[in-house]
Amino acid sequence: MLLQSFSRAVQLLLSGNREVFFIAFTSLQLSSISILISSLISLPLGVLLAFKDFSGRRVIIIILNTMMSLPTVVIGLLVYSLISRSGPLGGMGLLFSRGAIIIGQTLLSLPIIISLVYGAISRIDRRLPETLTTLGAHPGDIFIMTLKEGKTAILSALLAGFGRVIGEVGVSMMLGGNIRWYTRTLTTAIALETSKGEFELALALGLILLVISFAVNLILHWLVKDER
Amino acid sequence: MKKLYLLMILLVLSAATLAGQSGELKMATTTSTENSGLLEVLIPSFEKLTGIKIKVIAVGTGKALALGRSGDVDLVLVHALKAEQLFVQQGYGVKRYNVMHNDFVIIGPADDPAGIKAQKSAARALKIIGAAESSFISRGDDSGTHKKEIELWQQAGISPKEKWYKEAGQGMGAVITMADALQAYTMTDRGTYLALQDKIELMVLIEGDPLLFNPYGIIAVNPEKHPHVNYDGATGFIEWLTAPAGQKIIGSFRKKGEILFYPDAIE
Repeated sequence: MLLQSFSRAVQLLLSGNREVFFIAFTSLQLSSISILISSLISLPLGVLLAFKDFSGRRVIIIILNTMMSLPTVVIGLLVYSLISRSGPLGGMGLLFSRGAIIIGQTLLSLPIIISLVYGAISRIDRRLPETLTTLGAHPGDIFIMTLKEGKTAILSALLAGFGRVIGEVGVSMMLGGNIRWYTRTLTTAIALETSKGEFELALALGLILLVISFAVNLILHWLVKDER
Repeated sequence: MKKLYLLMILLVLSAATLAGQSGELKMATTTSTENSGLLEVLIPSFEKLTGIKIKVIAVGTGKALALGRSGDVDLVLVHALKAEQLFVQQGYGVKRYNVMHNDFVIIGPADDPAGIKAQKSAARALKIIGAAESSFISRGDDSGTHKKEIELWQQAGISPKEKWYKEAGQGMGAVITMADALQAYTMTDRGTYLALQDKIELMVLIEGDPLLFNPYGIIAVNPEKHPHVNYDGATGFIEWLTAPAGQKIIGSFRKKGEILFYPDAIE
């Protein structure tokens, strides 16, 4: 079955099946946007956690690490209860939309990215920000310099987050609703085809997901390496 | 860094395609209609005709009705007559329309370990399965099929809680696959069984009992309960589906040469 699925995956990619491409693109797009939003929040927070001493920092880090094991379905449920028409944000009509998936995936990736960014930045010499400050650098400049210093590790953090969201099915299924030509992602399509007994096709879609993930890793590593 | 910025700008631009359109309908329906492929034929013809986009959320009947109650969808296409009537009675739905029907069957291993094959009555067959303590897989997910199955167990006078009775909590396709792997009995709508027939060894053992009749109804969510719903769009779809145009598509839909649904809206 594995071999057949493999050839099916290649076939699907080569035949230019419009729906498969749409589904793959949806997965890639939603996960990328989620990671982008998540990194806008996580990078400053991670740096702050690493460089600023304040009471309760340990507690925050422990909580973040715990949140990394939060099941996707639970995050789906939390967001669902907020954006359903009967929830506090129901008026926005977000449930079963792409926006809903992005919200869920962003939340899903926050703990893992913040934790890993924190880990990456903590390894940087703490004298760096101090020295930069005495040299008269703005906090903004220090932030950028720090990120550049921890570039490779931060990249790994973002890719770990990306891996978590593009491979998840709970949030996408519950908040997106697996709507054809709209919120159907690779993972919800895999779940659907599995339920229909189309194991070969499901596995082929899984292989396509891996190909995408591989390509994203390759491109980002190339981008960062190029900067050196 | 420039390349990274470029990538981000591209992402933000692509986000512009995320906004939903207003001329659209959200319909909650059951996995059986979606998995059969019927909707993939029905919906494009309606969309072509009216320009209204329909977004289908395929869940169990219980969940579909819950989505209607909370106002998260504009209409529901489900199969659990009593629950549907209650849905309308309580004011969540406006009116229930007959759309189509098919039937449930009880399937099991070809060698039929409990020996139910000769039975005409589905309830009697379940009673025999219970007495023989043969494995039975239940949907266990409050779907229309699950509701029907519970009704039949009640008829049989058994409340199965023993080890031989396994509640899977999954969709029909998954349950059939599981029953096949465990060589167990299960109850399914005929459509899903036909769709999976080539991949499994289980056979239809009980069919034709009037109790196994499986009617599908369609209901627009009441705009008085949920003012934001697209009521006009929903009634438009219901009118089309129950008129000759929609009914003809249902009646001529075939999978591997077999009719899966029989139109009910016109005599």
